[in-house]
Amino acid sequence: MKHLFTKKNLMWLLFGALICIAMYFVFGVVTQKWQKTLITAAYYIIGALGLNLIIGVSGQFSLGHAGFIAIGAYSVGVVFQGDATLANFALGIAIGVVITCAVALIIAVPTFRLRGDYLAIATLGFSEIIRIAIQNMKITGGASGLSYLSFENINDHGMFLMMLITIVLSILLIVNFVKSSHGRATISVREDEIASEAMGVNTTKYKTIAFLIGASLAAIAGAYVGPMNFFIKPGDFGFQKSIDVLVIVVLGGMGSLSGTVIAGIFIAVINTLLQNYSDIRMILYAIILVTTMIFRPKGLFGNKEITDIFSKKRKEAE
Amino acid sequence: MAMLEIKKLELNYGVIKALKGIDMEVNQGEIVTLIGANGAGKSSTLKAISGIEKISGGEILFNGEELSKMNAQDIVKVGVSQVPEGRRIFAGMSVLENLEMGAYLRKDAEEIKESLELVYKHFPILKDRSKQNAATLSGGEQQMLAMGRALMSKPKLLLLDEPSMGLAPILVKSIFSIISDIKEQGTTVLLVEQNARMALSIADRAYVMETGKIVLSGNGKELMDSEEIQKAYLGG
Repeated sequence: MKHLFTKKNLMWLLFGALICIAMYFVFGVVTQKWQKTLITAAYYIIGALGLNLIIGVSGQFSLGHAGFIAIGAYSVGVVFQGDATLANFALGIAIGVVITCAVALIIAVPTFRLRGDYLAIATLGFSEIIRIAIQNMKITGGASGLSYLSFENINDHGMFLMMLITIVLSILLIVNFVKSSHGRATISVREDEIASEAMGVNTTKYKTIAFLIGASLAAIAGAYVGPMNFFIKPGDFGFQKSIDVLVIVVLGGMGSLSGTVIAGIFIAVINTLLQNYSDIRMILYAIILVTTMIFRPKGLFGNKEITDIFSKKRKEAE
Repeated sequence: MAMLEIKKLELNYGVIKALKGIDMEVNQGEIVTLIGANGAGKSSTLKAISGIEKISGGEILFNGEELSKMNAQDIVKVGVSQVPEGRRIFAGMSVLENLEMGAYLRKDAEEIKESLELVYKHFPILKDRSKQNAATLSGGEQQMLAMGRALMSKPKLLLLDEPSMGLAPILVKSIFSIISDIKEQGTTVLLVEQNARMALSIADRAYVMETGKIVLSGNGKELMDSEEIQKAYLGG
């Protein structure tokens, strides 16, 4: 933590803030269609950042992100049946994160005692359980879902600003976690679980922490779904949604936050461009994934960050 | 009392009995080697000691403390550190970061620095490459890194699993001379090896394992001269 406020970090913070301000003004001048694209991109980025922590940093494979997104979305949705205010939004997020952490713990505690890809299977199953549970509950409106979920006194522009702030905070959270000794321990689990255990790392603990943070970010991303689309229904949170988020993480590069951000924007833009050809959208997804795996097996950014590129250049100049 | 005492140790993988009642001990300051063919249970013995595999019966006493009831973290804390088979370095990290991971459970920055200097003294090549990604090291250097990493926890007992595996003969020689140095510095070593000749040449005592049991034991020189060992493990 002592290196938190170095000149370099502050510079990057400033750089990030400038990009956010620029995006905020861009949002003001583009057409409504592209505003929607930017909001979708921001939503995917928040969710994918969480998944990247689980997959890219701790090396665990989760296929259940949609379930956690659904929990976040419905927590806000149910609270919004009262007043759709900012305070209620925060309350909804808090409830969503608590429920998500509880569910994530139920999944994590038994599966993380095992080595291997059990998490993928467990999360896949749980995500479906969550969706079907929501579909059969009264409070969530059953299969028809919940509607009238837009903010009362915040327009899309304001919501976009909130999402930008959420993204910056998420990145700060993840970067701080990764750079801490806990983060180092988590990465060692990804690199080699047995060796990490032999070093005295509590592997179950770090896998669980990464999973909890990642799942919570999914819930926070989900919180925006209602205000974004005005209504939510269980069908929005099927297996496909998990895959959508996974595609962004893999495309951007597992372990690279910059990659996730770029890939999130890329996918959202492609989706908008292909809006009228929704049939071939999935084919295109597949083609993009296969092509990436062939030419950039580690994703667009591998496990590098934009910050690495610049610091390398500076080193070479010296 | 011996530093490490193993009594009637049993370990099963499902229905397969990997260890069928092992008795052995390691005294302070010794190099003890465990030799035997593939699948004899050598690595399983080490994994049982370091807590990576749960045992099915018997006891493992380290300075009087029962290791089999502890988890892997606590076993590292009491001073037992393992170099796993096949090196298992952290490929995505630099050499220095790998070494720092070895000191993961230690808090005192000064002492950690001392250990780092000591590791660099044993393995000067690691100092030259400290900033390099560990995956770019050669096999021999990776073995050195794995050993250095284990030493970073300042163990009382170092468990080495097949340090010679996949290395050129000249490297094997230097690795084994470093193992002797490590012992001279006061760390007790339990060495599992398939290269019986090399292992016996530096060991104070040795145990020979066959299909989950210990079939022979004695001091290094004696075993090296025994006809049985000559035939079975040293190629006549």
